[in-house]
Amino acid sequence: MIHSPYLRKPVSVRQVMFTVLVALLPGIAAYVWQIGAGILVNLAIATVVALAAEAFVLRLRRRPVGLALGDLSAVVTAWLVALCFPLIVPWWVTALGVLTAIVAVKHLYGGLGQNPFNPAMAAYCAMIVAYPALMSQWPSAGQLDFSTQLALILGGSRDVDAITGATALDALRTGLRGGGTDVATLLGQEAFGALGGRGFEWVALGYLIGGLYLLARGVITWHMPVAFTAALAGIAALFWAVHPEQFASPLFHLASGGAMLAAFFIVTDPVSGATTPRGKLIFAAGAGILAWLIRNFGAYPEGVAFAVLLMNLCVPLIDMKTQPKVFGHRGDRS
Amino acid sequence: MTMRLSGFHGGIEPDAHKHESSGAPIVPAPLPARLVVPLRQSARAVAECLVAPGQQVLKGERIGAPEGVLGTAVHAPTSGTVIEVAEYPMPHPSGLSTLSVVIEPDGEERWTALHPFDWRARPRNEALAHLRDCGIVGLGGATFPSHVKLGTGTGIEVLILNGAECEPWITCDDRLMRERAADILAGAQILRELIGAGRLVVGIEDNKPEAIEAMHAAAAGLDGGVAVVPVPARYPAGGEKQLIRTLTGIEIPYGRLGGEFGVQCFNVATAHAVYRAMAFGEPMVSRVVTLTGNVDRPGNVEALIGTPIEDLLALAGPRRADTDRVLMGGPMMGFALPSLTVPVLKATNCLIAASPRLFPPAPPEQACIRCGACARACPAELQPFELYWFARSKNFGKAQEYHLFDCIECGCCAYVCPAHIPLVDYYRFAKSEIWARERDKSAADQARERFEFRNWRQEREKEEKAAKLAAKAAETRARLAAEGGEAVAADAPPAAEDPKKALIAAALARAKAQQAAAAPKNTEGLSAGTQAEIDEIERRRRALGLAETADGTAAPDTPARDA
Repeated sequence: MIHSPYLRKPVSVRQVMFTVLVALLPGIAAYVWQIGAGILVNLAIATVVALAAEAFVLRLRRRPVGLALGDLSAVVTAWLVALCFPLIVPWWVTALGVLTAIVAVKHLYGGLGQNPFNPAMAAYCAMIVAYPALMSQWPSAGQLDFSTQLALILGGSRDVDAITGATALDALRTGLRGGGTDVATLLGQEAFGALGGRGFEWVALGYLIGGLYLLARGVITWHMPVAFTAALAGIAALFWAVHPEQFASPLFHLASGGAMLAAFFIVTDPVSGATTPRGKLIFAAGAGILAWLIRNFGAYPEGVAFAVLLMNLCVPLIDMKTQPKVFGHRGDRS
Repeated sequence: MTMRLSGFHGGIEPDAHKHESSGAPIVPAPLPARLVVPLRQSARAVAECLVAPGQQVLKGERIGAPEGVLGTAVHAPTSGTVIEVAEYPMPHPSGLSTLSVVIEPDGEERWTALHPFDWRARPRNEALAHLRDCGIVGLGGATFPSHVKLGTGTGIEVLILNGAECEPWITCDDRLMRERAADILAGAQILRELIGAGRLVVGIEDNKPEAIEAMHAAAAGLDGGVAVVPVPARYPAGGEKQLIRTLTGIEIPYGRLGGEFGVQCFNVATAHAVYRAMAFGEPMVSRVVTLTGNVDRPGNVEALIGTPIEDLLALAGPRRADTDRVLMGGPMMGFALPSLTVPVLKATNCLIAASPRLFPPAPPEQACIRCGACARACPAELQPFELYWFARSKNFGKAQEYHLFDCIECGCCAYVCPAHIPLVDYYRFAKSEIWARERDKSAADQARERFEFRNWRQEREKEEKAAKLAAKAAETRARLAAEGGEAVAADAPPAAEDPKKALIAAALARAKAQQAAAAPKNTEGLSAGTQAEIDEIERRRRALGLAETADGTAAPDTPARDA
């Protein structure tokens, strides 16, 4: 620090990332309580693989390893990957997902701060395309005890139909596409709770609480969560109002799948998202609308990951077109 | 008086560290063993030296005459002997030298004859000249000449007095307002009359309640139109553009002056100096300097311009072992002094002894994660991280498009950056690269203009030569026509006595007819230059008698053939 300013606020990337990890804890706690402690195993696997991959690539790139490992960004990526993968995927799917995120999506594009795509979402998309069956087996609340979960994670033989149900989104979608039934009947099934998937709605609540903590700490701004949830709920409400028997309620959409995780932890990723205030609104709203469209009309039950990647593609354009007015230039033509 | 404040975007709230030095009254600094008075005291102007070594000077005697539009006079800060006029290092990050007058004080502090100035009775331009001759410059740090800032005296509605003092650690304006509020306001009234402003607004950060109180009390004694307004303490509230925006809602864009928007801004210490200059004829030979930081006895001293900074710092106690450098100005926009032998300038508002404990070295720079904290802190409402990316990739065109030059280098972005990126350094780099390129470009433009002028001149000389030749040829032609024109007109066979001459005459006649009847198609609609060139070639050919060849290659239906 040879030139001014000689003062620095005591903040660091490490602190920012640490705050994000702390904010994920309520969701993780709800996960353990409702679905199973197996998620902790997945988180551990993901963390170890992420740190090893990060260190390895940094060495290859001849960058200071300690500094970058210490910033905790790889751990945040690892946790997000583990949380958006099904609880009982074999360990190597989690590891492959994390490797994809860290090596391909992050470092091949230049490392921290340079990746155009959200690493966790890109990993999810890569894995669901590569292993559609494994990536679609979600246990519902209280269905499997920890030892069964552990056995499955460690690669035990899988009699998947006997041990897993579908997610709420999957069940709804399969039911509706089968025909002869409507949303209300389907929602009475075992997979559903009061709002979304049974058990998972508590996890969503945990993410919401963590997200509000991030807002309070100033790590994220209100733009993204508000725009994402408003857009998702808005388009869901529109169709639900007209065809309630064909389309689920906005509340269901918000409480199901990765909506809450996405609203506070995924679309808010500063690196791959839009940065201007107006751009953030457009980016997150676009992701919300695309997520709903894919959920209802796409080939996959959960559309958040693809929606986020599609919006990641639009970020340079969005940012360019939404540059805020500069002091003293409010009257200028943009 | 209550007032609706407009505020400004962003800003930061670092620890103010004001109380260390704001408690004790201003004390005069003792005379140093010698004074080094740089002749460069105001922005971008060096005064012309008026003294020679060995000369005796009185306190306040002029030693430098104002030069140029931005020039102001420089005065001897005390009585004594000029011992040297030489280049001495300036208190500037570069440590570059400038012509300075070295004075050995005689210890008597004998003033030269001072002449108070009645600004009400005398013309305005004389008042401005008096300020210039008293060496009055802005004491907020920019040292812009006050007489220039007062401008034409029309079109200014609001005069703002800047007592915000938003940089951490600095308290010289705070102390001045507490102790000399009446004088400050008297100076402000003079400025208001000279500038023709209706309203006078004093902006003071609300972390200085005693100063606000003192200024309120002093304003109460004046006839109305003076508002003392506390503004929220948030750096850079005292930035001129930010204070104007806070108090009036007016935004002054980059490259424009407040005067164009009906508002002008002066520092409180400048107003005080204006009062001393007018009421007592006192030139600016001293200023209040805050001594603070890693020292035993922080406080404010009234120091003579030219006092070596190490002498001044010694007043605050012996140098502590862990003091690793001394900052001039505040920690946000100031700079580390290259040496402590440099003198106090009119711009020297604060000296901070820095230690690693007070100003820890920045952690290593990390990757930008585009978190946007810088954009939320930027008072110019820029997207600092975008500018950083552009500067880093040397994409200077884009950086300018994203308003790089609207950056005031306040340092808020670098302060809040979690990746510890020295953002301001990147902007300084980009700006200096752009300036360097513009210099290169203007040099290249000049070279090109010179080259083009040379070409034009050569062309013109050629044309002049050609015109002379053509005139000569025409003369010859006229003579020929007089001799052989008859034969051509009659379409008779060439005269036998001089076949060559007759041939030329016939060719000339045909060419003339051809020119008149049918201009060749590919020579229509030509630029004036090309046409002139063609004409000239034609003339040359005619002069050389080659027109026949041209005629021979012309289309068969050329009327000249049948003529």
